[in-house]
Amino acid sequence: MRLFGVLFRLAWRNLWRNHRRTIIMLGAIGVGVWAMIFMTALTRGMVDQMIIDSIAVLPGHVQMHHPDFPDDPSVSNRMLISEADLKKKFDGAGFKAWAGRVRVPAVISSERESRGVTLLGVDPDAERGISFFNYDEVDGRFLVDASDQGIVIGRRLAETLETGIGKRVVLMSQDPDNEIADRGFRVIGLYSANTKAVEEAYAFVGKATVQKMLHIGDTTTEVVFLSDDYRNVEATFQAVMSATDESVSVRRWYEIDTYLGTMLGVMDGFVLIWIVVIFLALSFGLVNTLVMAVFERVREIGLMLALGMKPGSILGQIIIESMLLLTLGLAAGNFLAWATIVPLQDGIDISVVADGLEMWGVSSMLYPKLYASDMFLATGVVLLLGFLASLSPAWRASRYVPVEAITKV
Amino acid sequence: MSAVRCVDLCKTYRQGDQDIKALDHVSIDIAKGQFVCLSAPSGGGKTTLLNAIGGLDIPDSGEVYIAGERIDNLNKGELADIRLKQIGFVFQAYNLIPVLSARENVEFVMQVQGVPSAERIKKSTAILKEVGLEGLEDRRPAEMSGGQQQRVAVARAVASRPALVLADEPTANLDSKTADELMALFTELNEHHNTTFVIATHDQRVMTYAGRLIRMLDGRIVDDINQRAA
Repeated sequence: MRLFGVLFRLAWRNLWRNHRRTIIMLGAIGVGVWAMIFMTALTRGMVDQMIIDSIAVLPGHVQMHHPDFPDDPSVSNRMLISEADLKKKFDGAGFKAWAGRVRVPAVISSERESRGVTLLGVDPDAERGISFFNYDEVDGRFLVDASDQGIVIGRRLAETLETGIGKRVVLMSQDPDNEIADRGFRVIGLYSANTKAVEEAYAFVGKATVQKMLHIGDTTTEVVFLSDDYRNVEATFQAVMSATDESVSVRRWYEIDTYLGTMLGVMDGFVLIWIVVIFLALSFGLVNTLVMAVFERVREIGLMLALGMKPGSILGQIIIESMLLLTLGLAAGNFLAWATIVPLQDGIDISVVADGLEMWGVSSMLYPKLYASDMFLATGVVLLLGFLASLSPAWRASRYVPVEAITKV
Repeated sequence: MSAVRCVDLCKTYRQGDQDIKALDHVSIDIAKGQFVCLSAPSGGGKTTLLNAIGGLDIPDSGEVYIAGERIDNLNKGELADIRLKQIGFVFQAYNLIPVLSARENVEFVMQVQGVPSAERIKKSTAILKEVGLEGLEDRRPAEMSGGQQQRVAVARAVASRPALVLADEPTANLDSKTADELMALFTELNEHHNTTFVIATHDQRVMTYAGRLIRMLDGRIVDDINQRAA
């Protein structure tokens, strides 16, 4: 430790001895780190949006079903828990939001076309804050309450069925006795979603209206819960678990949509690989700079060894020099990343490639996400790999034979 | 106890197809406080002997003792410790660390030794004054003349009060006036601090300052004169 002061001073001054080379290297590190963080923010934003959109398209963060419902999502596998019991269990239990739904497969028919859809019987008040709906953007109107007699379908589905607001459609499904349950509805609203696939998939009807149509009293097929952050749903999951028994199945969003769950894990791996790949490119410059710096100072290093400095201290000096260079580059890169990402956080319009992105469930607005954890990861990886990369030139310097080094021309 | 004792040192270098005997069964004994000049023509073995004494080079055979401790069988780290604590070096050229000021160069060895800051400043101030560099403490080597740089190197070599100072051709790059001033400084430090000096040189004028003159030729000692007695 007593040596750190002199090693730091030597490393710092040697760094600025060839200031042009140092500035060029700092620029390269800064741009490299910026690229690491900026690209990570874009990708994070894309995947986050994809996950958030997908979660908003009904899964919520935690869901509760009859244990057989995931494999056979029919009304026969509804939960035999009354509306009053659900409210007793979950109201005031600290959830950000929760809602009970009737979710069954159905066929919707206009006078011209028929399509298979997922019929959702919802209570619009409870759904606010959970689902993807921007209620202000529904053409016509959304459901007023759980007893609303109208139906809201997606714009794309309306086009397919060649129907529209004010027209009538017929919904057909099965009741618990496997009898056909059908009913006519007037289209009261057309919703928009981030992807056309969603607009074709779901039809919204008042929950009480559907319960009556299916003859299921006030029972539901699923209950959805929302927590503060999709990355941290464990507390919500545990709270639901502790409030329920084995008659229901409780699952987290990434267990419901394994594709999205896998995507999140892949994303973390991708970020790390991306950072390492960029650093590998940078490391050539870093090692070259250090090798040149050591090569130019052979006699000086020989002198320090001759005066009694131990090889380990020479090693330390070169590594400190490398770490200083990286730290300055990291500071510049992190600042640059922050300064360029923050102004873009309101979104980047990528609608020009929206059709291509839709198959991935990605919307046409990209919101870069700057996470401190990604900045720490980039900083940590660069420092760790930089340390490893600088070991070779530092080791060579520490192995000089003083009497040979000091006479080197 | 001897400040330096070498017993039957041999060192051979290979140059092309030829083996050059740089040291050929050299034995010397230097008492504490002596001012010794090693004199030889180029290739005579004086620098090799100086390097062996300073632990910078390991002889092929023979033994080297510094203040009674055998050093030829020590590892790199232990040799570095001996050099740090017991020996001061003045080299022919490229003596200073370019990115450090005169004061920082003088303090360098003491800092590596772990001498507290206040003591370092006190000692470096005093020694820089003693070598006539008062007021130039903050100059970097590139801002000083060759003579001034050698004075800084001498100041560094003696600042931590080593028992032994080894100097290899310290006046080679200096004009005669500066060389005389430097030798006068060595003499003064030798007398004042009772530091043992071993100087390798082929400069006749430098030899006149020495109390003891050891002449070498082809790696062997051919003459050992006590000039004070003479």
